[in-house]
Amino acid sequence: MRSKPLTLKILDIASLLALAVATYLALIYAPEEATMGQVQRVFYFHIGTAWTGLLGFVFAAGLGVVYLIKQDLKWDIAEVAAVEISAVFFFITILLGSIWARPIWNTWWTWDPRLTTAAITELIYAAYFMLREGIEDPDRRARFGAVYTLVGGLSAPITFFSIRLFRTIHPVVIGSGDPGATGAFAMTSGMLLAFFFALFTFTLIFVDLFWNRVRMGQLAAKVEQLKINLMH
Amino acid sequence: MAATLSHRPSKASLMKAVLAITGKDLAAEFRSREIFSAMLVFSLLVILIFNFALELDIATRQSVTAGVLWVTFAFAGTLGLNRSMAVEKDRGCLDGLLLAPVDRSAIYFGKVLSNLVFMLIVEVIVLPVYAFLYNVNLFNVGLLLVILLGSIGYTAVGTLLASMAIQARTRDVLLPILLFPVAVPVLIAAVKASEGFLAANDFSTIYAPLSLLIGYDVIFIAIAYMVFDYVVEE
Repeated sequence: MRSKPLTLKILDIASLLALAVATYLALIYAPEEATMGQVQRVFYFHIGTAWTGLLGFVFAAGLGVVYLIKQDLKWDIAEVAAVEISAVFFFITILLGSIWARPIWNTWWTWDPRLTTAAITELIYAAYFMLREGIEDPDRRARFGAVYTLVGGLSAPITFFSIRLFRTIHPVVIGSGDPGATGAFAMTSGMLLAFFFALFTFTLIFVDLFWNRVRMGQLAAKVEQLKINLMH
Repeated sequence: MAATLSHRPSKASLMKAVLAITGKDLAAEFRSREIFSAMLVFSLLVILIFNFALELDIATRQSVTAGVLWVTFAFAGTLGLNRSMAVEKDRGCLDGLLLAPVDRSAIYFGKVLSNLVFMLIVEVIVLPVYAFLYNVNLFNVGLLLVILLGSIGYTAVGTLLASMAIQARTRDVLLPILLFPVAVPVLIAAVKASEGFLAANDFSTIYAPLSLLIGYDVIFIAIAYMVFDYVVEE
């Protein structure tokens, strides 16, 4: 395996810089929201991490399908990378959401469709890792992992719609707002800049981490192969 | 030409294979009764525990009956699903089934059907017992329909995941962990629809969860049918 490619090194630095800029935009540049005050600033990173977390999950389900068709372990390495990173991002989303909800909704947690779906999605991730943990044969582990991301990726949106049968208080900032939502607001241009930059930043960080994680997975597979060669 | 034709089994022979596998499971179960009795006794225990855990007085009973029933069915269901697949694995029957000259999907549908029958038999016994113990009328055609639809979805996903779980090292604990997060939509929709029918609500309020149940059943039977090959492949 060659040393770390130059493009990846540049990407590493670019994502760090973008994160610094995004933090500045979210915490200082963006105007303070009139009714919610400073705590609204959590929103920029909340949406950024949620976006990458969900996108990563869908991406992983897609990679799972590709693996099942091609039966090549490199797709499995990519799938694990995508699931791992989105699990972490999604956890950050939930934490940030809770911090915002405490003053705005007056509770850390409520069983709203989005919150419940987020919690269940995290549990699907956890089950995914436990399933992989329990299987030694790499091909079978990859097949089961792919099947489970597919099943999980399909059930998560259905879960969301099924909980929609109950009432929601989660604000919808983009698109039409629900009159029952608490904590909705309209974005000004300064806020929009911070918002879109945060989306861009987290997408960039996702790509960077994904690339690094895939590289790590390939190295791990190589080490595994060398170990087997040594034993024979 | 004849060889390629015999390679693709006709619908009739697929149906025959499915029924043969279901018949085998039911015959084995009829003799040993180990899955069925475990599921039934477990369900009755769960209902008993709920009685103390929730203090099921008359007022609470109205609102929690649907939830208690579905939690009971879900727990008993995992017990049955795990056992019915583990039996195949332990005695090497799964390899035998895989060697049989039938389509893999026949094995899947055969197992789903026998698991569904186990679950339905348990439900048919639990319902009157619950009605008797808590003095609520559960004989409701709508409720029975919801139970049928919910059980179909639950066993369709459960059979697929159980066939993965039994091949893992941690197989005894793995199935509920894999199954519950993806079966959440079935349980939510089933509880919602059962509640609606039990409270004799207007059908327009039951329509949404009921169609969700049907949608879930269709989607997951299709998905499981497509991926089952990869799960049992050696």
